[in-house]
Amino acid sequence: MRILTIDTSAVASAALLSFDAADPAAPARVEAEFATADTRSHAEVLAPGVRSLFSDPAAQGPELDAIVVGVGPGPFTGLRSGIAMARTLAFAWKVPLHGLMSLEALAWDVLSLREAGQALPEGGDFVVATDARRREVYWARYSETGGLLKGPVVGPADTIRDVPVHGAGAGLYAAGLRANGCTVDDAAAGLQPTAVSLGHMAARKIQQGLELPGTAPLYLRESDAKVPGPRKRALL
Amino acid sequence: MNQANPLILGIESSCDETGVGLVRGIELLTNTVSSSMEEHVRFGGVIPEIASRAHLDAFVPTLEQALAEAGVALDDVDAIAVTSGPGLAGALMVGVSAAKALALATGKPLYAINHLVAHVGVGLLDASIAAAATAGELPENLGALLVSGGHTEILRVRNIAADVELLGATIDDAAGEAFDKVARLLGLAYPGGPAIDRLAREGDAKAIRFPRGLTVPKYMGTAEAPGPHRYDFSFSGLKTAVARCVEGYEARGEAVPVADVAASFQEAVLDVITAKAVLACRENHITTLLLGGGVAANSRLRQLAQQRCGAAGITLLVPRMSLCTDNGAMVAALGAQLVMNGVAPSDLAFAPDSSMPVGSISL
Ligand SMILES: [Zn+2]
Repeated sequence: MRILTIDTSAVASAALLSFDAADPAAPARVEAEFATADTRSHAEVLAPGVRSLFSDPAAQGPELDAIVVGVGPGPFTGLRSGIAMARTLAFAWKVPLHGLMSLEALAWDVLSLREAGQALPEGGDFVVATDARRREVYWARYSETGGLLKGPVVGPADTIRDVPVHGAGAGLYAAGLRANGCTVDDAAAGLQPTAVSLGHMAARKIQQGLELPGTAPLYLRESDAKVPGPRKRALL
Repeated sequence: MNQANPLILGIESSCDETGVGLVRGIELLTNTVSSSMEEHVRFGGVIPEIASRAHLDAFVPTLEQALAEAGVALDDVDAIAVTSGPGLAGALMVGVSAAKALALATGKPLYAINHLVAHVGVGLLDASIAAAATAGELPENLGALLVSGGHTEILRVRNIAADVELLGATIDDAAGEAFDKVARLLGLAYPGGPAIDRLAREGDAKAIRFPRGLTVPKYMGTAEAPGPHRYDFSFSGLKTAVARCVEGYEARGEAVPVADVAASFQEAVLDVITAKAVLACRENHITTLLLGGGVAANSRLRQLAQQRCGAAGITLLVPRMSLCTDNGAMVAALGAQLVMNGVAPSDLAFAPDSSMPVGSISL
């Protein structure tokens, strides 16, 4: 099985992965990948980045088995650029389309680092967190085996207590988290969700016969719009 | 690619309309629009984040419907055109991302297009306008007056594919925005334009003398020595004047004569707009003026523009309303002109520009 993954919940990224869908033990192979370092130029770089994964996108796209896109949570405008891209590519290529919660990518990274003995502690529940701006983080809690226990939620980092916290959201608020009994391992305190890791998680779920969700974005916050109240008589 | 008579798919998402249009040369095949207007009613104005969310969900269904209506497959399309600005940044981003995806998926060229110039290019699709010009071309010595909830501009169009110049624009609110805000003051429903237009017909436009923004000599100057805002507009002072007026009635315990206020406000806006547009035409050798934007639906604007253009010997052209409001066909129409004129397509790495200047017809 060959899938294209896209995630723009933090950085802009895309990847091509292939794997044996019937064998849960077979690792997925990354055929090509693209990721930016910054979190603000999705509109410019994403399309050239996706194009760079193929030698002939118009011919190879329709042969994909699926497109999987990170549905956030993440800053809205960037997040939408990835979902709009994925939905439109799937339509144009007539390829099945799925979504996956973007923090799953970080959960995959933490599990991989733990397996390699590179992220501490090596066992127990853990939390992954990204920057939600406005002094808040997007976060989710996972079990030792990578099962989603809670989230995704958005809120101040100081509501997270007594658990290892990984990801760029942990790095931003490391001091406060540590003061609240959390472990913040520097090796995993800068991680952002990427399409490669999202693809590994998607492959594992497909191999396990799990149904992937749709592509509705996980905004977690309402638009800031307020219904106007009675007119203020401040002009006289 | 068929360069002489190209089939163009146009995408528009600069405000609250998700538009997909298909145009072959100057022939309109379909113009499919999905609006999120209803979702903004309770807020009394377009909420950018709500519009952006709606664009994301409306895009593929609108595209699918447009292709079906036109009986066209994506493969048949010669090029894709998309509004890259000006407009709401988050809303533009959705259409641009989707358009880039289409270009990438199909390998077709992509044109990043100026929304304001597209409002003019759409004239080519209108039969009544085509009749007023050489077949397949816009009239010579052309100007455009664009009035909507998002913009208010006077343009000079020397060549729709190569040379468009901004003569004047609002320095604060767009005219349509002023209509919305005053409608709210008067307790009328959003969108304010149609509500005020309707109510104004029952009122006396001379009942209250509201200020005409940027019309005093220090802004206007003379034809020889133009002031800093000779062809520009300002509506925020007018809006404040209407608020003061309404509050004055309330403070005196009198009923607000809403029809008179609506009529007088509308007259103040449209008087300046049409006077300055005609002045700009006369001083720039413009002999045909094309009206565009959602406020072109306003009956008093059409009437006043007709009168004043007529008196000055200027031909007024008004495309049918479905082409005046934001739509994808106008983007496709301009895209077709760029292809026909051999303009190079945009690089896939372009960024939408929420304040894209008129002089930049495509990126
Ligand atoms: Zn417009």
